[in-house]
Amino acid sequence: MGDEAVALGAVHAGLSGVYAYPGTPSTEITEFIQNSPAARERGIRSRWCTNEKTAMEAALGMSYAGKRALVCMKHVGMNVCADAFVNAGITGVNGGLVVLAADDPSMHSSQNEQDSRFYGKFAMVPILEPSTQQEAYDMMAEAFDLSESLKLPVLLRIVTRLAHSRAAVEVGTPRGQNPLQADKERTHWVLLPGNARRQYASLIEKQPRLLQAAEASSHNSLQLSGQKGLGVIACGIACNYVREAAPQGISLLKVSQYPLPVSLVRQLADNSSEILVVEDGQPFAEEQVKALLSAGYPVSGRLTGRLPRTGELNPDNVAAAFGQPAASAFAPAKNLAGRPPQLCQGCGHRDVYTALNQVLAEYPDARVFGDIGCYTLGALPPFQAIDSCVDMGASITMAKGAADAGQFPAVAIIGDSTFTHSGMTGLLDAVNDHANITVVISDNLTTGMTGGQDSAGTHKYEAICLALGVEREHLHVVVPLPKNMPEITRIIRDEINYPGVSVIIPQRECIQTFNRKLRAKKAEQK
Amino acid sequence: MSKIDIKLSGVGGQGILSIATVLGQAATQAGLQLKQAEVHGMSQRGGDVQSDLRLSTEEIFSDQIPLGKADLIVSMEPMEALRYLPYLQPKGWIVTSSKPFVNIPNYPDQTALMAELCGREHVASLDIEALAAEMKLPKSANMILLGMAARYIDILSADELRQAIRAVFAKKGEAVVEANLKAFDAGYDALKK
Repeated sequence: MGDEAVALGAVHAGLSGVYAYPGTPSTEITEFIQNSPAARERGIRSRWCTNEKTAMEAALGMSYAGKRALVCMKHVGMNVCADAFVNAGITGVNGGLVVLAADDPSMHSSQNEQDSRFYGKFAMVPILEPSTQQEAYDMMAEAFDLSESLKLPVLLRIVTRLAHSRAAVEVGTPRGQNPLQADKERTHWVLLPGNARRQYASLIEKQPRLLQAAEASSHNSLQLSGQKGLGVIACGIACNYVREAAPQGISLLKVSQYPLPVSLVRQLADNSSEILVVEDGQPFAEEQVKALLSAGYPVSGRLTGRLPRTGELNPDNVAAAFGQPAASAFAPAKNLAGRPPQLCQGCGHRDVYTALNQVLAEYPDARVFGDIGCYTLGALPPFQAIDSCVDMGASITMAKGAADAGQFPAVAIIGDSTFTHSGMTGLLDAVNDHANITVVISDNLTTGMTGGQDSAGTHKYEAICLALGVEREHLHVVVPLPKNMPEITRIIRDEINYPGVSVIIPQRECIQTFNRKLRAKKAEQK
Repeated sequence: MSKIDIKLSGVGGQGILSIATVLGQAATQAGLQLKQAEVHGMSQRGGDVQSDLRLSTEEIFSDQIPLGKADLIVSMEPMEALRYLPYLQPKGWIVTSSKPFVNIPNYPDQTALMAELCGREHVASLDIEALAAEMKLPKSANMILLGMAARYIDILSADELRQAIRAVFAKKGEAVVEANLKAFDAGYDALKK
């Protein structure tokens, strides 16, 4: 799997620590390192972090101390760690620091399809974008070397189809870890305006070296056809779809390292009559190529509609861009229905929604602000229980804002892991403002949606809420089971009617992790 | 050049990805090129699950199978088999369980669904769950399906697949290995060509 290739590449590149918050399609990278005997033997630090920002900062600290660190997240995690990520470009690094962002074009399990390459350009750091699992493995060692030679973080961008696709990979020789050697240079790291201005100037001075590295990179290659026809720029995994379509007589520039290799683009343009840019995600390269060439030079891609503006690339839409019609022999079947994912049978979230729906039927004006996790599926039938889901932690803060505006009842529902990720600070705001909201922290003792990773606050939720100032008499822990329905509905009703912050914590282990432990126990007894 | 492109489909939890793992193991042992794309995440349980498996003696480029290029659809569920018809090549086969998994309110009329499926050429369908239950191998229905599919996979021999089953399930103990081999053979024997 692409994720495993990244993980093993990092271990073999002398990694000392991986820092991450689970998020599809990046989760398996950290899981692989956690389960790898080689990583254990080498003492690689690999526990899950509370969120992507704490992960990024801890990795920067490890880099400061001279060692190699990897940060992994899904694309939207880049938003959470952006403060640390962008400023790591200003401080620079000591030990190699690689930031891996796994983008999800087509939103297989995400709320947007933002393209992480923009973050790399924004922070002015090198970006690597592998096209195959082998390249992903090989690039890890190169990314750490590049990071240490430029003294900058390196962004490695993959997409779902690489992250979750398997192929054979040949591995190289493992390298040892860096020794502990904390940076002595304070002026790089203390970003007071005087220092920051110098550091920013030095980051800008480094830019020609980044471009040189990209232009000399073995991962960027130009094949000229010898005839002045169609020139294709294929970024990362897009290259595979172009090769699958095998259009005749094209010149091909494969791009897997940025900044965009400007001289290769110019060379391609000089030897072609038009350029097609094929890239997964947003039109990141296409916009730059258009800006680079003279105004009349024909450039097409996602912006012009030659490729779809949204959704992931696939062999069919790329073939269509070369004028090859799709070759379906059979029409879609007649007897079909969509089969969306569902909350598992026996899942505690189900009982929480049953109770919530029962009480809120008495309040036709009620609004329920949801959050990110398995329980987002409560938006679908049969529950149809939530009115919003925006970003990690937004349930509590949006409920608060709506309550500030006069919305009543304003209910927030958030999972345990999402609460520690980004919900706690919002709860403090609500307490300080004495907001009239009811918060449900549906605690299944794990990070369920991504497959059951440890949740940062397990067994600490009551203590956290009390410490944030939630009143003891308006904080309840209940067990979401059908037999407890009368008690749970009574508590929800009472707390909706309490004009202040109340928190209800339905607590029952995720049915999946529960069954997995049961099976493991049985296997042990055999 | 020899190749096969297989669409694997089913409902989350039915064991589709284990079939892919066995095929992948066999292909690797046989020195074939392999690409296998799968999407997981929100489809923990109950949602549709699909995986593209491509095996070839030559380099494979795309992780996804193009429309009209799949040689075989292998499905744990009849409606999920039909979902991928546009990917099937004109002479491609469907190997599927005939037992509908009804977990949605708008599941199509089952008689019409089975008529559409069985009215096609090149379909091998079997109630693998009933056979698994009869053989007291309830957890190995997916290996019965793999045994059936083996009849249409020329690039790997049945023995190579049996060895892969041994390798993949070895860490779960000899009893599990034997159950899965028995299931595989039952599926293989169910379709005497």
